[in-house]
Amino acid sequence: MTAAIPTPALQEELATVEPATITGRTRKRLTSRWASLFALVIAVLWTIPTFGLLLTSLRPEMDIRTSGWWTWFSDPQLTLANYDEVLYGGTSLSTYFVNSIVITIPSVVIPVSIACLASYAFAWMKFPMRDTLFVAVFALQIVPLQVALIPLLRLFVDADLNGTFWPLWISHTIFALPLAIFLLHNFFREVPGELMEAARVDGAGHVTIFLRIMLPLVTPAIAAFAIFQFLWVWNDLLVAITMATGAQEIQPLTARLAELSGSRGSTWHLLSAGAFVSIVVPVIVFVFLQRYFVRGLLAGSVKG
Amino acid sequence: MIGDRIVLTLAATAVIVVAGWAYLRLGDRALAALPHGAYRRLAPWLFAGPAVAMVLLALAVPAVITVGWSLVDDGDGGSGGFAGFANYAQTLSDEVTRVALRNTVLWVVLLPSLAVLVGLVIAVLSERVRYGALIKAALFLPIAISAVAAGVIWSFMYDYQPPGAAQTGTLNAVVTALGGEPVAWIVDTATNNYALIGATLWTQAGFAMVIFDAALRSVPGELLEAARLDGASEWAAFRHVTLPFLMPTVVVVATTMTVVALKAFDIVYVMTNGNYGTDVLSTVMYRALFTAKDNGLAGAVATILMLTVVPIMIANVRQFRRETGAA
Repeated sequence: MTAAIPTPALQEELATVEPATITGRTRKRLTSRWASLFALVIAVLWTIPTFGLLLTSLRPEMDIRTSGWWTWFSDPQLTLANYDEVLYGGTSLSTYFVNSIVITIPSVVIPVSIACLASYAFAWMKFPMRDTLFVAVFALQIVPLQVALIPLLRLFVDADLNGTFWPLWISHTIFALPLAIFLLHNFFREVPGELMEAARVDGAGHVTIFLRIMLPLVTPAIAAFAIFQFLWVWNDLLVAITMATGAQEIQPLTARLAELSGSRGSTWHLLSAGAFVSIVVPVIVFVFLQRYFVRGLLAGSVKG
Repeated sequence: MIGDRIVLTLAATAVIVVAGWAYLRLGDRALAALPHGAYRRLAPWLFAGPAVAMVLLALAVPAVITVGWSLVDDGDGGSGGFAGFANYAQTLSDEVTRVALRNTVLWVVLLPSLAVLVGLVIAVLSERVRYGALIKAALFLPIAISAVAAGVIWSFMYDYQPPGAAQTGTLNAVVTALGGEPVAWIVDTATNNYALIGATLWTQAGFAMVIFDAALRSVPGELLEAARLDGASEWAAFRHVTLPFLMPTVVVVATTMTVVALKAFDIVYVMTNGNYGTDVLSTVMYRALFTAKDNGLAGAVATILMLTVVPIMIANVRQFRRETGAA
């Protein structure tokens, strides 16, 4: 994680080599002071919204209604009452929390499994129209999911799957496949071909090569995509409210939170706590598995 | 009951994994029984078949069906017959959709340019200032936060109380502390679209920054040093050495953000539900689908959305072909 910038020692060395950089140094210090200030302003701007709501979620309901979160510093009072009410009271977010888990896990496992198979084929097997199909899959990645929602919904209604988790699992799988195949294909390609040749000489078929050699080698890439997909599904709203309208037993947290915010105004104590109930899992995943996530993000956009 | 559901999910996941493994092993054995030529021809489909079938049947075909629906006279009092381009005519003459189109244009212009600006500036500055890593983390964290939660967070930031009352929204507290009148950011048509785009920028800038951060590491340090030794100012070095290297990345970030802007839904749905002149194409489509129950109209809006995305899609596919040399 070291950046390719000159170290302070190197900069000092350069300064003694070049007398002209004395003015350069003062100028640099000046720009860096403004730069620091600007960066600090941005950092504060990006932190305040979350921090303000977090503090609000921990304040007593009456305080939230009558004063801003910053007054907490002069009148510090903390309570978990809001969380208690939002999780187990009338809003029963705990049920929706479980729904989110039930929706998310298969919606990660299914597309990752199917995409691994396809990526291997696209990367290492020869078949007619391979390149055309691959470009077609890649191109579909950018088709807005809104476009496919209407017919899919009708399909699920016709198949009598409405009200179950299946429409959510299947939809998330479908919408994940193009990006998953594209990303994983890049990693499968990077595995040295000699490894496969050696295995083939030993009599291994494609299935054995795939399971024994390929999968273990691309595990970091699979993890990267799985985290990406986890956050995507957990945070999704559009698929959820399309495929689980009115069915409370299957709605995820996001759908419930959006519903709550429709009746906002006096319910900030519930909304603020609810928001953090929905944030906590993705933030934990994100903070602890950040490195994998960044790798997936970069592979998806910077790499071809 | 909650425990039951978790157990059920874990069991279902195990079943999925075992089923996938069995599919591969049994499929391979079935193919192996065939003559060698057939095995070689069919084995790729054992691997690629499920994904290709799903993507084509559940993504490509529905997209075509949606375009088909856009030509049907559906909804309240609709005949269910062929409507020609009536849905498009209705859509484009409709005041609501026109506002949505105008807003979507605003999103597409502002979000990519602001995301590139903030992402690039922070990526460059964080290398030069103390606590750079901390600043990056501040920008980075909202990536994990859902648009719904971000909508709640920013609704609270923009919260409005009438003049005289204690302001609980952070922004209006600042405005009134500076002696101004509180602004109803989300309701006032002069500010609300910018307020929504600002909230989206908050969630997306970290993504832009990470991409730029990685790209900056590919700029050759010797070139920069050479420019500095030749007396180039920091700005000139950035402008003539770093920026040309970053141009492909700028394009990547800008196109990604353009697609985000075109598909914008969650933030608008949560913060205004398209009221007060903040509709975008996706919210119009959603209402056509669920409130008006008009598949024809929803299909037309979805098709318009797709048509605006297609040029970007083609550009991306071209870029991809150039880079990989694929057919």
